[in-house]
Amino acid sequence: MRLLPSGERAVLVELGSLEEVLALVDAVRRLAGVEDVVPGERTLLVTVAKAGDLQAVRQLLPGMAGFGRPDGLAAPRGDDNAIQTAKTPSSRAAQTLVVPVVYDGPDLDDVAAHTGLSVAGLVAAHTGTPWRVAFGGFAPGFAYLVGGDPRLEVPRRPEPRATVPTGSVGLAGRYSGVYPRSSPGGWQLIGRTDLVLFDPDREPPALLQPGTTVQFVAHDG
Amino acid sequence: MADHVATGMAELVVVTPGALTLVQDRGRPGYAAIGVSASGAFDVRAYETGGRLLGNPEGAAALEVLLGGLVVRARASTRAVLTGGLVQARVAGRPVGYGEPFPLLAGEELRVGQCSRGIRTYLSLAGGVLVRPVLGSRATDTLSTLGPPPLAAGDVLPLGRPADATTVVVAPLTPPPDGLVTLDVLPGPRSDWLADPQLPGDWTVAPDSNRVGVRLLGDAWSRAHAGELASEGVVRGAIQLPPDGRPVIFGPDHPTTGGYPVVGVLTDQACDLLAQLRPGQRVRFRTSGK
Repeated sequence: MRLLPSGERAVLVELGSLEEVLALVDAVRRLAGVEDVVPGERTLLVTVAKAGDLQAVRQLLPGMAGFGRPDGLAAPRGDDNAIQTAKTPSSRAAQTLVVPVVYDGPDLDDVAAHTGLSVAGLVAAHTGTPWRVAFGGFAPGFAYLVGGDPRLEVPRRPEPRATVPTGSVGLAGRYSGVYPRSSPGGWQLIGRTDLVLFDPDREPPALLQPGTTVQFVAHDG
Repeated sequence: MADHVATGMAELVVVTPGALTLVQDRGRPGYAAIGVSASGAFDVRAYETGGRLLGNPEGAAALEVLLGGLVVRARASTRAVLTGGLVQARVAGRPVGYGEPFPLLAGEELRVGQCSRGIRTYLSLAGGVLVRPVLGSRATDTLSTLGPPPLAAGDVLPLGRPADATTVVVAPLTPPPDGLVTLDVLPGPRSDWLADPQLPGDWTVAPDSNRVGVRLLGDAWSRAHAGELASEGVVRGAIQLPPDGRPVIFGPDHPTTGGYPVVGVLTDQACDLLAQLRPGQRVRFRTSGK
C-alpha cells in the first residue's frame, strides 16, 4: 500500500489489485472524518471533510492493508472499532444483481466478428460468468464491470455515437457497462435493459455500486 | 405557490437570468463512488460569507451568477447580499453595496450589473433558496445535470424563513484579483510524472473553461515518462495533465474519476481564486511542500 498526496483533504491509496481496493471500500468509508471514498482500478481516493482529520486517517490506513490480501487474515494494528467492522464482508459486495438484457444491440455483429464468436456464442459468453462493479465515474450510476469472459475484450468504436439510448449494454476494453441515461458514448452496444440503474429519489440511488456482482441474463424482446 | 402567499413566505421571480445563473449550496459530497461529484458553489468562501451576513443556516442555497446581468423581483419583502465577483447593483433604481446586506421590498426589482472583477457573483437571500433538493443538495451539477436547471425568465423561487436577528452588518470583503493570479498548489498523486514538478510557466485561462474544469493555454509541460494510468479518483482542484501537456484544473462539477495523471492539487483557498478567473487572465502556480 502506498499513500499518495492529493491536496489538503484527500489521500490516494495505491493498492496491488482491484480485489484489494474493493476489500477496503466499506471499512474506509466508516473511518471518522471520511467524507467520500472513490475506488479506481488499483486505487482508493479517500476524502475528509476537514483538513485537520486527514493525518489521523492517513495513519490508520496502513494498518488496514491486510484486508485486501486474499487470506484476509492479516491483523490490523490497533483495535479501532471502525477497522474491526471491515472483517465482516460488506452486504453490498455480497449482493448479486440480475440484469435482464435483450441482446439486439447495433454493434452485435461487429463484436461477434471481432471476437470470432457467433452472436449466440457472444451472448453465452456475456451471460456465462458473473461480472463485478470495479468503479464508477462516467455518469451518475454508470459502473465499469470487470471479471467477464476475456474473449469479450473489444476496442471502443472508432467514432463515438452522439446519442446512446438509456439502458444500452456495452463493451469496451475488458469492461462491460450499462448506460444509466442517454448520453454520447463510444462503447460497442450489444443489448439493452429496462432496469433503472440510477434514480436520485431511490435508496440506494445507484443499483451498481463498487463491489456489486452482476449477472446478465438473456431476455426475449 | 398559493401556499407561499398564504403563509407570507417570500418568493423571488426571475425576470432575466443573465448569461448563466445557477442555484448552489455546499453540494452533495459522499456519492463520488457512484459517479456523482460534490458540485456546490465554486467560490466557497464568497458563498459562505453571503450566507453568514444574512444569518442563514449553514448550507442554505444561494444563486451563483455568471458575469452578472441577473434581474429578479421580490414577491414579499426580504433581505439579500452580493458577494464574490464584483458587481454594481440597484434595487428599484437605487445603488446597493457589495458585501452589505440590503432590503429587497415586495415588488422591488434587483438588477445586477456586469461583473467587473472575477466572474461569479453570489446572490444570497434571507432564508436561502428552497428548490427541491436532490441527493441532499440543491446545487446544480452541470456535468451530471442533477439539481435544478439553470434559472430561466419567469421562474419563481421560494425562499426559506429568514433568521430572526443577525449581528454582522458589513464584511471586509476583498473582490477577486485582477491581472496575474498565483495559485498555491500541493503535491498531487502523480507529481512525479512531470519533468519539472515546479509547474513552471505563465498560463492564460482558456475561454472554454467552466464549472467542470478550467483549461489553461501556454507552453506545454513535458512528462517525465510516458505510459498509461488506470482510472483513479480525482478531487476538486486537481491539476490534470492531458496528453497535449496543457493542464486542466477540475472545478466542482468535475468527473469523479480520470485517467490522466494529476500532477498537483490546488489548496482550498486557491480553488476559490480559480472560480473567479476570467478567460484571458494570466495564472502562475506556486508549489509548496506536503
